[in-house]
Amino acid sequence: MLQEKVNIVMEALQHVKDPEIDSISIIDLGMVEKVEVNGDAVSIELLPTFMGCPALDIIRQNVVEAIAELKCFKEIHVQFIYYPPWTSDRVSDEGRLRLKEFGIAPPPKQMTETGEWHVDCPYCGSTYTTIENIFGPTSCRSILYCKSCKNPFEAMKPVSTMM
Amino acid sequence: MVDGKPMEQAYQSALLSLLYQLADDDFILAYRGSEWLGLAPHIEEDVAFSSISQDTMGHAAMFYQLLSDLGEGDVDHLAHARSAKERKNAILLEMVNGPGHYLSKPRYDWAFAVVRNYFYVQAKKVRMESLKNSSYEPLANAALKVNMELYYHLLHWKTWFVQLMQAGDEARKKMEDAIKRVSADFDGVVSLGPLSKDIATFKLIESEDILKEKWKLFMQPVFDSVNLEMPDQFGIQSGDGRKGEHSKDLDDALIILSEVYQVDPAASW
Repeated sequence: MLQEKVNIVMEALQHVKDPEIDSISIIDLGMVEKVEVNGDAVSIELLPTFMGCPALDIIRQNVVEAIAELKCFKEIHVQFIYYPPWTSDRVSDEGRLRLKEFGIAPPPKQMTETGEWHVDCPYCGSTYTTIENIFGPTSCRSILYCKSCKNPFEAMKPVSTMM
Repeated sequence: MVDGKPMEQAYQSALLSLLYQLADDDFILAYRGSEWLGLAPHIEEDVAFSSISQDTMGHAAMFYQLLSDLGEGDVDHLAHARSAKERKNAILLEMVNGPGHYLSKPRYDWAFAVVRNYFYVQAKKVRMESLKNSSYEPLANAALKVNMELYYHLLHWKTWFVQLMQAGDEARKKMEDAIKRVSADFDGVVSLGPLSKDIATFKLIESEDILKEKWKLFMQPVFDSVNLEMPDQFGIQSGDGRKGEHSKDLDDALIILSEVYQVDPAASW
C-alpha cells in the first residue's frame, strides 16, 4: 500500500518538467532525492542543479500542484536540499536522450585530468565542435558551435564533486 | 546541535559571525556584478558575468538560509532589511564599479572588475575547500555545493586576468592600477573578523593565516606567468567591514537594492 502510494507520486513527478527544458522531467534530471509517504502526508526532497537557478520556485510549485491533483494526500511537503549535491552524472539515460531531442547535448560523462571536456553535436553527432561560452542562457548550460553542421547548440555543464 | 550536543554560546557566536561574513560578501558582490548587465565588454561576457552573479546570489541565499535555520530571522529580511552597520562584508566588495551610474553615463572600470573578482573568487575557493571539513556539518555540505559552481567562476576570472595582463600597453597599465587598488583593501577580504581566533579554534574553518598562505600559493604561479611581482603585503585602507565599518557606496547600494522590498516586505520573489 505504502509502496503503491510512492509509485503514484513518482509517476506524477515524471510529468513535472524542467520549465526551461520542457522535454525532460525532474526525475530524469536527477533532481528527486527522496519521496516519503506517511499516511496521508507526503514529503519530497529535491536537489537544485545550480543554487542560483530562478526556476527552483516554479519547480517547487509545479511539484506541489502535480501531487495535489492526485487527491490522495492531505499534507504535501516539498523541500530543496543541497546535500547530497546535484551532479551532472545524475541525469538518467532517458534524460540524456530527452536533452538531445531538445537540442541540448547531455553533460559529458567524463572529464580529463586537466578539467577539459568534450561534447558531440546533438544534431549531427559530429565531434568537430568548439566551446563559445562556458556560461549560457541558464546556469546549467554552456554555448557551443558545431563546425560540421554549422549549428550553434547548448550543452549541459559537467558538474562533479571532484571540481 | 553539534555532534548531537546543544551548541555552546561561544561556538554559536563564532559560527554566526562567519556565516554573516560569507553571506554578506557574496550578496553585495553579486549585486555589483548585476550592475554590469548590458555594460560588459562584449555580449558573451554579459551572458557569463550575469550567470556568475546569479550563482553568487544563490550562494548568498544559501548562507542566509543557514543563518535563518539558526534563528536569525527570515532570509529576505536578512538580505534586504539590515542596515549598513549590521553588515559584515569586506569594504572592497561594496565599492562602486566605477564613476557614473548604470542608468546614466556609466564609466565602469573593467580592470577593477576583473581583479576584484579574480582575487575574491580565489579566496572564496580556498575558503570553500577548507569549509568542506568544517565542524558545523550544514556549512560543510553547503561548501561542497558552492565549490562545484565556483570551479567555473575561477576559470573565468583567471582567463580574463591572464589575458589582459599579457595584452600590454593600456590594458597592462589599467590592470596594474587595479591590482594596487584591490591590494590596498584585500586584507579586509582575507580577514575572518573580530572572532577569527574562536572561528579557527572551533574548527569552523582554518585560520586566517593558513587561508592567506593557501591563496598566495595559488596566485604565485599566475603572477609569475604574467611577469609581475605578487604584492607581499595587503592593506585594509578603507576600513574593516567585518566590524560593521562601511562606505557611502554601501548605503547607496542598499537604498537601491531594497527599494522593492521596502514597498512590500511580503512580496513573493
